[in-house]
Amino acid sequence: MQLARVIGAVVATVKDADLVGKKLLILAPLAPSGQPNAAASVVALDAVGAGVGELVYFCRGREASLAWERGAPPPPTDAAVVGIADPAANPGLFAGAATESRR
Amino acid sequence: MILGRVVGAVVATRKHPSHEARKLLLVQPLDLAGGDDGAALVALDAVDAGVGDRVLLVREGYSAMTAVGRPRSPISTAVIGVVDTADCAAEPEPARRKR
Amino acid sequence: MILARVIGTVVATRKDPRLEGMKLLIVRPVDPQGKDQSGYLIAVDTVGAGVREKVLVVQGSSARMPAACQDRPVDAAIIGIVDSLQAEP
Repeated sequence: MQLARVIGAVVATVKDADLVGKKLLILAPLAPSGQPNAAASVVALDAVGAGVGELVYFCRGREASLAWERGAPPPPTDAAVVGIADPAANPGLFAGAATESRR
Repeated sequence: MILGRVVGAVVATRKHPSHEARKLLLVQPLDLAGGDDGAALVALDAVDAGVGDRVLLVREGYSAMTAVGRPRSPISTAVIGVVDTADCAAEPEPARRKR
Repeated sequence: MILARVIGTVVATRKDPRLEGMKLLIVRPVDPQGKDQSGYLIAVDTVGAGVREKVLVVQGSSARMPAACQDRPVDAAIIGIVDSLQAEP
């Protein structure tokens, strides 16, 4: 799982039926410097009610589709936002110093 | 699996229910010389690791979710071991320094 | 499946109990000519491989296919020791 800044949202009317009602967010994963890297952006399905500007962590791969209730068919996604980092409780992350470089 | 160093913890009040009551660690992947390798990852903790520990990081769903006792969950990364030694015959010794 | 060479070992006392008794080796991917690729992996040894040997490594959920790895948190496993190989240069 990786930290990312939510930098946008996608609206798609025509899409897979199992994506209906779910929010599509554009994420900029944090680079080693701690800065969001828009060049490496990914679109992820939102499982926790995140919004633009928030610092989140997301899950990639098959596991991403396990973020929704059983019973319904798992949505076809390879990325899901699964948590929102609290600004007050993670000052280091918000200073962009999550991963001070040692090189 | 790869080697990592725990560099922090992440506090998230709003998160997937399967992540509740588990420590969320920020883990810096390491190369074999002990240097940083790419951006830090968010991992659930299965072995009560702490900041500064050199750890085994698994980056595959089944392994990660079962290690923290949450099968069929959106969990792709977990800390599943604390490294005592990592010896490389053919490589420079991994750095042992702690931060 | 990838080709790799064993370059080291890892010891971890505190670990997922399902890894007890499993040998953890550090492997570096190599190309068919035997040249080192970038990066490394920590793989569970299922065949008794040793340092400097060239091996076959399976990754991802397939790493749990060997009987020794079933239901264990393993994302890379050594499943063969390479005797020889032929490859176009």
